[in-house]
Amino acid sequence: MNMNRRQFFRVCSAGLGGSSIALMGFSPNAALAEVRTFKLARATETRNICPYCSVSCGVLIYSTGDKSKNAPAEIIHIEGDPDNPVNRGTLCPKGAGLRDMIQSQNRLKWPEVREAGSSEWKRISWMEAFDRIAKHMKADRDANFVAQNEAGVTVNRWTSTAFLASSAAPNEAGYLTVKTIRALGMTSIDTQARI
Amino acid sequence: MTNHWVDIKNADLIFVMGGNPAEAHPCGFKWAIEAKKHRKARLVVVDPRFNRTASVADYYAPIRPGSDIAFLGGVINYLLSKDKIHHDYVKAYTNASFLIDEGFAFEDGIFSGYNDEKRSYDKATWKYQLDKDGYAMVDDTLQHPRCAFQLLKAHYSRYTPDVVQKVCGTPKEAFLKVCEYIAETAAPDKTMTNLYALGWTEHSVGSQNIRSMAIIQLLLGNMGMAGGGINALRGHANVQGITDFALYAQNLPGYLAVPSEAEPDLQTFLEKKTPKMLRPGQMNFGQNLPKWYVSLHKAWWGDAANKDNGFAYDFMPKLAGASDVLSIFDQMYQGKVHGFLCQGFNPLASVANKKKVSDALAKLKYMVVMDPLATDTSEFWKPHGEFNEVDPGKIATEVFRLPTTLFAETSGSFTNSGRVIQWRWKAADGPGDAKDDTEIMASLFLKLKEMYAKEGGAYAEPIQKLTWGYRIPNKPSPEELMMEFNGKALADVTDPKDPTKVLVKAGEQLPSFAMLRDDGSTTCGNWIYCGVWSQAGNNSARRDNSDPSGLGQTLNWGFAWPVNRRILYNRASADLAGKPWDPKRTVLKWLGDKWGGNDIPDMRPDAKPEELVMPFIMTGEGVGRLFAVGLMAEGPFPEHYEPFESPLETNPMHPKNPKARANPAARVYKGDMEAFGTAKDFPYVGTTYRLTEHFHYWTKQSKINAIVQPEQFVEIGEELAKEKGIAAGDRVKVRSNRGFIKAVAVVTKRIKALDVDGRKVHTIGIPIHYGFKGATKPGFITNTLTPFVGDANTQTPEYKAFLVNIEKA
Repeated sequence: MNMNRRQFFRVCSAGLGGSSIALMGFSPNAALAEVRTFKLARATETRNICPYCSVSCGVLIYSTGDKSKNAPAEIIHIEGDPDNPVNRGTLCPKGAGLRDMIQSQNRLKWPEVREAGSSEWKRISWMEAFDRIAKHMKADRDANFVAQNEAGVTVNRWTSTAFLASSAAPNEAGYLTVKTIRALGMTSIDTQARI
Repeated sequence: MTNHWVDIKNADLIFVMGGNPAEAHPCGFKWAIEAKKHRKARLVVVDPRFNRTASVADYYAPIRPGSDIAFLGGVINYLLSKDKIHHDYVKAYTNASFLIDEGFAFEDGIFSGYNDEKRSYDKATWKYQLDKDGYAMVDDTLQHPRCAFQLLKAHYSRYTPDVVQKVCGTPKEAFLKVCEYIAETAAPDKTMTNLYALGWTEHSVGSQNIRSMAIIQLLLGNMGMAGGGINALRGHANVQGITDFALYAQNLPGYLAVPSEAEPDLQTFLEKKTPKMLRPGQMNFGQNLPKWYVSLHKAWWGDAANKDNGFAYDFMPKLAGASDVLSIFDQMYQGKVHGFLCQGFNPLASVANKKKVSDALAKLKYMVVMDPLATDTSEFWKPHGEFNEVDPGKIATEVFRLPTTLFAETSGSFTNSGRVIQWRWKAADGPGDAKDDTEIMASLFLKLKEMYAKEGGAYAEPIQKLTWGYRIPNKPSPEELMMEFNGKALADVTDPKDPTKVLVKAGEQLPSFAMLRDDGSTTCGNWIYCGVWSQAGNNSARRDNSDPSGLGQTLNWGFAWPVNRRILYNRASADLAGKPWDPKRTVLKWLGDKWGGNDIPDMRPDAKPEELVMPFIMTGEGVGRLFAVGLMAEGPFPEHYEPFESPLETNPMHPKNPKARANPAARVYKGDMEAFGTAKDFPYVGTTYRLTEHFHYWTKQSKINAIVQPEQFVEIGEELAKEKGIAAGDRVKVRSNRGFIKAVAVVTKRIKALDVDGRKVHTIGIPIHYGFKGATKPGFITNTLTPFVGDANTQTPEYKAFLVNIEKA
């Protein structure tokens, strides 16, 4: 039986006779594809941007749930945003795999530490992580902060702890990062932009 | 990019060299195909590999890796000797007519002022001749022997088609064909766009590769035009934004000069860094530096930054000298860096010479990795078979690994390489206990602030006084942060011409950087982003994609910096009288009383054409620079130098001068010079590249990408394969003087041997994407092979041309 999706549903909606056509195995391919459309129709659509290359393609992220309390969203599908003037709905083989990146087996879920000389990771709390890291930073800063150079010029810098920043972070995270690390006196700073 | 992605469709010639957008930027490359389809544009590709961009090109020419300047120098010579330049444009909008200092000279590969021991130049002679008023002297006839035009002509006269063939290995006929196509765009109504990426930057002469193209585009009159420009395709989705925010040492947000110890106070700093006017009546827009700089300090330190303390000038750390990824790892290697915070970065894989990076990390006291994924770097201390042979018992580095959210799990803005800032919305929470980068940075900072308040310690004032008006202190929202870096008025901002007229009321968001003041009455965390969140709200979230001009400008989609301008230098798209060079592609025109058209004017809006305010407003002279005054590390004109590891013993341009063999101004650290290999042991050229299916060292963590490109391979030509007895699918070992990798051999017709300076040069292509962590098959890190040397200006490592050997594994 050769019919398109719309015809198929028109027939089905005509009554029991219609649905029995499907039962008899005459469902067209398009009807099977319809299952996915239905799932997306119930999903929440969020506009975002592919984080890979600097074409920065617009994407539509579909997630289950309606963002109500106790209904955590799960991302079920990502496709190109047709409104975006640059990618106009397209995604490349990199971007087409975005969902698998978000759901990678190698996502980190909690803070960990590898102690000096140890061969393994150990789970720690955020509080312990911030506490220990801040202690390291303060000890290094206090010991190595240079207020004045040899010529007596005020330089107020801390070069012995370095910071490499992400080019995949949003502008707002980048801004807060540069603001805080400069305030700490850091000058050993770089980003992926160079490589 | 000076232009933007969609604008590529407006070109007549798309010239791709130093990039491979069909594979690395597929969705942006569609605009090149659009130009071919709808404008009958020509696509020309010059590359060592016949890549997928080449496969859809109208013309392809091969080139030896690392010889781009010889090729482009040849193009410059062709254009000048055949008189294929846009004369009116060159005369008016470039420094062709400017007279250059009598002391400037070039001899056997070295410019005047070279210091052999320091490997650097004293640039005192790389400047204009000035008249008694301090303005540059010009000769409008372009005949004066010291004018930039004549010096340019003389410099590139050596780059003949025969020399190009000898140095680049490009057949002369192919080179001349490319020149012919490029020369066609010298017509005022024809444009060439240039697309490049890491294929140009990742060389010890990377910046000069791009400078060469800048000279060509100025000679052809293609800057400022729709379908023209110099377009860096760039890396990550927000690499442009993070560069704009200066997450690196040598600048502050908005490319502001950063103070160094040579400028002890604010006044000295501003006097030294504020550019001087070099021709009468020009905009010299950089003269506003004091407004931008003071507003940044006000954004960061609020009331603690005031006139009496030089707006807290001492709070800003003074630059210590070189500080880039290579110098940082060298310092770490020497034991001078003890702590390292690594935010969304995988340096073990992405920095040159993995062994040196790994040894450097092992010397740290502590390392903090903030990342959504388990990266190779975070496990540098962990044995992973032959891919990472280390002994954890001997590594004392304490490593923290903090889980962060990914793009889909945060809101905020990204800036694409066309400078368009676009807002993104959060779709889901991150897994487990993952936190946003902002929360991690805020929490660490607040913890330190609290410790300094309790315990005291080294100079805590800049920490205690840092503005922190966020509603939830440990979770600054992206909206609050964008409003902050946009900036606001602290007091009423008035019109300088009429102080009774209030332009912006106290407390309001600023509409543009024209409102910034140097008296402390405005704040702005990044002047070029000013306007992105005005009183009208979040302009980066605008989603009107209408395009009335048909040029793809979409001025109401997102917000482009600066001031929503889509094509930089767009004043140059019209002639001196303000009439567009090509009325069919009008970007800007003089409307009789003001500038208007299809973009935000890159010009004072009421500057009458007869005032002769020139288009390149960021230079003190208002024109584009054929001769680069004092800015480049290795000379005002690009010159061909061999890669540090080259199959040639000498530079064929200067065979008798060993000092001019490789970039004379490139920085080489102790131990790294010794780690360079020679052609005797490593006879083949290695060049790294990227695959369509992978993005850097990131997608190897994603299952579907791992399925489509599961395993490390190297690509060799049929001739070399035959010589070495290697068949497609064989396991091979590729060695450099720094280490080896093993991979599967792919034997192709895409890389051919070239005849260079009387010998045959084979090139081996090496994709970068693999490592020991991820969903792909565990593999070696490609940067085990690459040399620890970078471009003399940017320190971008030389990943595109080095020496290797290959054998069956």
